[in-house]
Amino acid sequence: MQPILKVENITKVFRGSGGAPQIPDSSRRRLRQRQGGPGRPDFTAVDHISFELLPGECLGIIGESGSGKSTVANLVTRLTDPTEGRVMLDGQDITNLRGRELRDVYRKVQMVFQTPTESFDPRRSLGDGIGESLRNRGMSAGETRARVAELLQMCGLPADFAGRYPHQVSGGQCQRAAIARAIAIAPKVLICDEATSALDVTLQKEVLALLRTLRAELHLSILFICHDIALVQQFCDRVLVMYKGRIVEQGAPDDVIRNPQDAYTRRLIESIL
Amino acid sequence: MMNAPTTRIPKIIKNNVRTRLIVFAVLAALLVLCSLLSDHLTPYDPYLQDLSNAKAAPSAEHLFGTDRYGRDMLSRVIVGSRTSIFSTLLLVAIITAVGTVVGVFCGWHGGKLDTILMRISDMFLAFPGLVFALAVAGVLGGGLHNAIFALAAISWPKYARIARSQTLAQKETPYMKAARLSGSGTVKILAVHILPNIVGPILVTSMLDIGTMMMELAGLSFLGLGAKPPIAEWGSMMSENRALFTTVPWITLAPGLAIFVSVMIFNLLGDTVRDWADPRTRGR
Repeated sequence: MQPILKVENITKVFRGSGGAPQIPDSSRRRLRQRQGGPGRPDFTAVDHISFELLPGECLGIIGESGSGKSTVANLVTRLTDPTEGRVMLDGQDITNLRGRELRDVYRKVQMVFQTPTESFDPRRSLGDGIGESLRNRGMSAGETRARVAELLQMCGLPADFAGRYPHQVSGGQCQRAAIARAIAIAPKVLICDEATSALDVTLQKEVLALLRTLRAELHLSILFICHDIALVQQFCDRVLVMYKGRIVEQGAPDDVIRNPQDAYTRRLIESIL
Repeated sequence: MMNAPTTRIPKIIKNNVRTRLIVFAVLAALLVLCSLLSDHLTPYDPYLQDLSNAKAAPSAEHLFGTDRYGRDMLSRVIVGSRTSIFSTLLLVAIITAVGTVVGVFCGWHGGKLDTILMRISDMFLAFPGLVFALAVAGVLGGGLHNAIFALAAISWPKYARIARSQTLAQKETPYMKAARLSGSGTVKILAVHILPNIVGPILVTSMLDIGTMMMELAGLSFLGLGAKPPIAEWGSMMSENRALFTTVPWITLAPGLAIFVSVMIFNLLGDTVRDWADPRTRGR
């Protein structure tokens, strides 16, 4: 089966402040640090990662804070430009797209963010946020309103939530609205960047159930970024374990949890059980 | 029952912000209205000379007295409000617009151009404002237009800095990413998402600046680099008559009082708008 999303050797280096653009050997870096240096050293957030997401699959990425999970999400959606590597979406190389072409990519890939309330413009209503992608694709105001109401209901919210502002609704409700926004344009790939982390446990279950329903109804492929192994085990077909910008282990969640091969994975699992 | 007064106090303060806002907004509106209708409000022709009645002390006929050409001071102060207030509002509008555009551009675009523009604004900020304005007005020659231009040239960086830092803060928010994922172009993001979210602090700053700018314009006019006589403008009216201060003080005091009162009103309005715009003092 042709993968819907294919990431090849992708790397993201955040340049340190000042100094040479690249520091090839570690001795020079050590020298710079000892002298106090002209600035921060470079930081490799994602280090030559490759993976594939198959149509209809749910792929989990787990790892501790700072392991590069969110950077992967930003790279796949081109919110961050990669230093190296390629991103293929639905057979198309999107690594170097800009402007209108890049905006067209966002018909196929959408994202749900970690902080629901902050992912909506505080001065615009939830309905405006959900309908924005539809309006940008030339849908009329009336049609958009009807579609937004429909989307809200699909995500388990009353239609009149369209007129509410982000600070007027709870975190869980806001995340449902964010999911409604993400599926508005009927994308093929949905990226959930810690989409359940800011919610309490019961709400996590509800949001997960919603994602499961939508996944079946809309044939979504989901990239599920999370630091909670239990959630990944419940929800994902396959899991990648990231540590310090690299993939240290991958496989079916049950196998990875029962029989971890990598030392870091073992530590990660032991820390929970 | 004992703590009833303590719970009441904040409520009174909160109400005060609202009341103050209404009071000062009405006063400022009256001031602007007065300058708009100045032609119909003057008891005498402000440019009509009557040398037989020169330097008359304030009386029932001439509330603020007359100047050395026998012109009615009250009429001149009223007519002068148009020049003073409107050129101030125009000046503040210009620096707010220019500063915001530059700041949003720098914050959004970043890179070399941002560095260059921000270093230029640093230079302007480090330079004493009135001295620079004096130099510009001196080079371009006097006149109200040049005075406005000179002050605008030195005053925009403050707004550019505010707009830039606000834009930078907004740019990193999750909803900015969400807007991009919704397929909104840069222009739409700037106009629909960034601008409405940064406009508050900028507006408050410009409200607070109205008083300052009015003083500086009057100052330039006082130094002979702003409005030229016989145009009635408060600063130049004070400067025209300052030699007579010891014998006929009302000629200087009348426009001085006008500057004092209107600067005060605009400053208080600015302060109140700031208090009101701050969600911590406004409450729900």
